[in-house]
Amino acid sequence: MKSGVKRMIEFNHVTKKYRSQAALNDFSLSLPAGKIIGLVGENGSGKSTALKLISGIISPTKGSVTVDGEVATRRISSKVSYLSELDAYYTFYTVGETVSYYASLYSDFNQRKAEEILDYMKLDRRKKVKDLSKGNRGRLKIAVTLAREVPVILMDEPLSGLDPIVRDAIVKGLLSFIDFEKQTLIITTHEIKEIEPILDTVVLIKDGVLLKMEDVEELRMEQNVSIVEWMKQVYQDGGIDK
Amino acid sequence: MAEDFNASKPIYLQLADRINRQILRKELENGQKLPSVREMAIQSGVNPNTVQRTYSELERMGSVESKRGQGTFVTEDQSVLSQLRQRLKKEQISSFFEDMKEMGFTSDEMISGLKEYISDEERGETND
Repeated sequence: MKSGVKRMIEFNHVTKKYRSQAALNDFSLSLPAGKIIGLVGENGSGKSTALKLISGIISPTKGSVTVDGEVATRRISSKVSYLSELDAYYTFYTVGETVSYYASLYSDFNQRKAEEILDYMKLDRRKKVKDLSKGNRGRLKIAVTLAREVPVILMDEPLSGLDPIVRDAIVKGLLSFIDFEKQTLIITTHEIKEIEPILDTVVLIKDGVLLKMEDVEELRMEQNVSIVEWMKQVYQDGGIDK
Repeated sequence: MAEDFNASKPIYLQLADRINRQILRKELENGQKLPSVREMAIQSGVNPNTVQRTYSELERMGSVESKRGQGTFVTEDQSVLSQLRQRLKKEQISSFFEDMKEMGFTSDEMISGLKEYISDEERGETND
């Protein structure tokens, strides 16, 4: 707040346990507004749990998560658009019906923007979701997630399992349709190389603990490393207490 | 398609470098408007904040000027452009020189090697 950069998301000593296992452990993090933030780490490090906490789908065992100053409960979905790792649509709907369905769910859904994204992604509105290729289902998910006018957009592994052409189209789509003045995007991914040039900030998680958060251009400037190189370094240094 | 950037060097400087080269090659003409920040971000596949930073850097170097409410334009100031030309020449020579020195070549070897290369090149004999 001192620096004049608005903080959009705050994790305050958050612990999230599933049964007895801690997915996040005394996790504190403050994320700025208007940035593209990459949440990276190994499988099972707690990335998806962090996104679910921001979206209010799950709540912390201890501590608190706030979005735009408001505690993240189920109602936070009015501020957060969440693309889950899983498929979340009815396969018997057509592409067009899926868009209408999302429009009916969310009052902030911008139908015009959704249409633009469908055109951009070259999706056929009459096709049934179950008949779409995996790549096109990925594109459709992106379209309905990006069409909401909310301050926070979360994407859990949006590029996972898609071919390079689809991944490229999605990355370009993010650049084309996010409103950078008003929106903050948080992405978890293993495809770091693909999104590396579009990230402002990278957050590295390991075993439910925040290892480091860095400005990506600063990393390149001061340490001459790419995100992947940096991750390996930090993992090695911080990998003793496994 | 997005050109690839070196992932371990600041992208805003690499992009600034590319734009400067385009200006020298006249792919971007004097006085020409640069794409908007978002257009440039999409074209080059980088974050708009990075493009913003590139434009500020270019403005600081003098190769572009931003006009309020209109966008960013390639400068028409010839002295700035010739300075830019000289600077890029010097940078290129300096990196060539340092690399050659590191490999143990003497200054004379560099100069004669360069002359030889250029004359071959002009006769169209080098394919590489």
